[in-house]
Amino acid sequence: MTTAVRAVPGVTGDAIVGVVPAEVVRPTEPDEVPELLRAAQRDGRTVLAAGGRTKLGWAPPPSSADLLVDTTGLGRVVEHTAGDLVVVAEAGVRLSTLQEHLGGAGQWLALDPPEPEATLGGIVSANASGPRRLRYGTVRDLLIGVTVVLADGTVAHAGGKVVKNVAGYDLGKLYTGAHGTLGVIVSTTWRLHPVPATKRVVVVDLADPLAAGPLAIAIARSTLTPTAVEVNATTGGPATLTVLFEAIPDSVAAQADAAVALLGSGRQQEQLPEHFGDRPGGPDDLVLRLSFAPASLSQVLAALPDGVAVTASACTGVAYAALPAAHAAALPAVRAALASHDGTAVVLSAPPELHEGLDHWGPLGDAVELMRKVKDRFDPERRLAPGRFVGGI
Amino acid sequence: MTTTLAAPAPASDRTAALAARLRTAIGAERVLTDHAQLRTYECDGLANFRVTPGVVVLAESRQHVVDAVRLCAEAGVPFVARGSGTGLSGGALPVAEGVVIVLSRLRALGPVDADNARVVVEPGVINLWVTRDAAPYDLAYAPDPSSQQVCSIGGNVAENAGGAHCLKYGFTVNHVMGAEVVLPDGSVVHLGGTAPEHPGYDLLGAFIGSEGTLGIATSLTLRLVRVPEAVQTMLVGFHSVEDAAGTVSDVIAAGILPAAIEMMDALAIEAAEAAVHCGYPDGAVAVLVIELDGPQVEVEAQFAEVERIAQARSAFETRIAQDAAERALMWKGRKSAFAAVGRISPAYFVQDGVIPRTKLPEVLSEIGRMSDAVGLRVANVFHAGDGNLHPLVLFDDAVDGQAHDAEELAGAILELCITSGGSITGEHGVGAEKRMKMGKQFTPEDLDTMQLVRCAFDPDGIANPGKVFPTPRLCGERPGPRTGVHAVQAAGLGEVF
Repeated sequence: MTTAVRAVPGVTGDAIVGVVPAEVVRPTEPDEVPELLRAAQRDGRTVLAAGGRTKLGWAPPPSSADLLVDTTGLGRVVEHTAGDLVVVAEAGVRLSTLQEHLGGAGQWLALDPPEPEATLGGIVSANASGPRRLRYGTVRDLLIGVTVVLADGTVAHAGGKVVKNVAGYDLGKLYTGAHGTLGVIVSTTWRLHPVPATKRVVVVDLADPLAAGPLAIAIARSTLTPTAVEVNATTGGPATLTVLFEAIPDSVAAQADAAVALLGSGRQQEQLPEHFGDRPGGPDDLVLRLSFAPASLSQVLAALPDGVAVTASACTGVAYAALPAAHAAALPAVRAALASHDGTAVVLSAPPELHEGLDHWGPLGDAVELMRKVKDRFDPERRLAPGRFVGGI
Repeated sequence: MTTTLAAPAPASDRTAALAARLRTAIGAERVLTDHAQLRTYECDGLANFRVTPGVVVLAESRQHVVDAVRLCAEAGVPFVARGSGTGLSGGALPVAEGVVIVLSRLRALGPVDADNARVVVEPGVINLWVTRDAAPYDLAYAPDPSSQQVCSIGGNVAENAGGAHCLKYGFTVNHVMGAEVVLPDGSVVHLGGTAPEHPGYDLLGAFIGSEGTLGIATSLTLRLVRVPEAVQTMLVGFHSVEDAAGTVSDVIAAGILPAAIEMMDALAIEAAEAAVHCGYPDGAVAVLVIELDGPQVEVEAQFAEVERIAQARSAFETRIAQDAAERALMWKGRKSAFAAVGRISPAYFVQDGVIPRTKLPEVLSEIGRMSDAVGLRVANVFHAGDGNLHPLVLFDDAVDGQAHDAEELAGAILELCITSGGSITGEHGVGAEKRMKMGKQFTPEDLDTMQLVRCAFDPDGIANPGKVFPTPRLCGERPGPRTGVHAVQAAGLGEVF
């Protein structure tokens, strides 16, 4: 290979769902990435990107992995203009590092996935989010600019450094959640938010998880402005509803009181419960991301077999569930039950022996052919993260 | 003064044959080919760009749209979707000998799904109707372009429309959850839905704001927001533009996210006073309209803070709206500003550039210097919180050479926005008007990459060709001035900004 960046042989620790890449390369300058991809194109090699590797196990295993581009060397916070509430940071910057950097100015990137060591590029590629998506939205609402290197080495920018910008197609949306199948992200630009002054938490214990749904609807229809409403449950067992208020002291106090009155019970506390926002599941589970019409939370919980650990971002229509491998056969029935609520169940991760033949994505609707056409235009040789996305992409 | 880009001519044989097939498929009464009728559709809100289309189809159902697009695809004839025609960048400018597909008769709305805070609408539904129908449930549709009394949701989606309140609430793309789209080959796909996430690429995110170049939406699922507990509006007068701009930065830096911060300079205030007698502070060189919303206690605390910040920046008068009528009057001055400027100047150009908020003082000063150097007045009325400028370059088209000078000045202001780290358009779209500027904001590689998406959706390039991208084939056009008051304003139907 002609590039100045040296590739090293992949080792077991580099495996992507059991597939060890032939080579791993760790560029330290964004400018090195186009050359790496041009070289890979010349040699017809397949390319995957990895950042903090906190979610590299999400999505199916690649059908081929010749080169893994480790982006953690692209670690610069390039520009933070506090007055503009905008930051430009390279793809390998870890979320925790960025938040520390921004915290000095009383600002933060309003994304709180439960993997603080995740890198920005990985967060975009996996479309990771956390409980506060209720208030701030997700990557698609906060990413205002992106630089991506395409399969042929082309460097493509989209968006810009201002929040309000409708010039050209918003390709940042397209790269979000694409699992590296359209290009390698090298730089990201984000809209920021001020760090709220203080927080107050209202916790309600529920004997029946299905009681959470109506309570979440009541909150959503009130004038309360929680930053998160989380439900932690084991289906068939008890559940906890956690309502998080983050604002000035007078506001969180008044809202917490109002929330207790609205919900009929609840204890107030200053600190978040332990494991707030953590996704359930371990190596023996199928970890599912459920997405559904927000008001159908109770119906969705009812569609799961008993004994399934669930973390739901109520009011948003997103939940994570850990389906024990022994219950894997229940997945089609879960998907069928969700369908009437516009619901889908994506397998984020699964025990290695279950990947073969597993339908990770579920029904894809009528746009999958169009998605393949997009992929064909961006990566006609199918060399980027092959096999890791929907419809065989 | 208008530039007619296509001389009246009989439709080509190909277009005539297509019209015949359209009549058979959709009904003769919904297919227009009479030249006088076609002229109605020759422009949108950017009235100096005019092209007479070959055929206009007045669709009344999704099937009509599917049939029209399919027949266009079979004939290889370009089509342009059109909603209410209020766009300010020529996004709905017809293609000569092409087909305009009018969506304004597709107006099914709802019912409102209050528990999910969603509503499904057809593209011809007027923006304001959504909030009207949602109001009984204490819900609202957040994107509020000033033309919201007349602009359509389909057009909002095409342009990714903004409005005064997108500082806090985001743009159309943040509020559209799903779309049924007729692709340029006539096939139908469903992108997104009621749920927040669906497996696969976020094609919906790419579609919104694509200015009609990727297909036509025939149904849209909108997210509604809860009406806040409290809303407070204040009007603050300043003796200098720099103090007003500095106040905007200081408010944001204090960790306050207002629902809106709008700014007008002396010329814009003068025009608004003359037009609607909004009673803005005497002697103000700049005013800010600041709106805060949320829980009552937060709004009260933040208002005190904003007032303190403004006074530290030498604000000489601060008024707080005591009731809905006073609030409406504060907004009336702001929202009438475009039309009002049309009254004090024979003609004007409006631009939609965006700059980083922190650059407001220096960019406004520079615009002032540029204005003085050319000897043309520039009125500034804009979304200050977002750094989204709307400079209005005033001129008299009866004076020889002034239109040219004004056009140069407007272009120079846009380039100043780009060199300041901003964008050529914050909410009006690129359309036909600014596509030649795209190469100043993006590299050829960036634009080629966008075209990959275009090619995946529309390999034959028949969906609204000649928009967004600086294709050489259409580079001969030159932008011209906006003249007088837009027809929509003249008819008393709405305001434009």
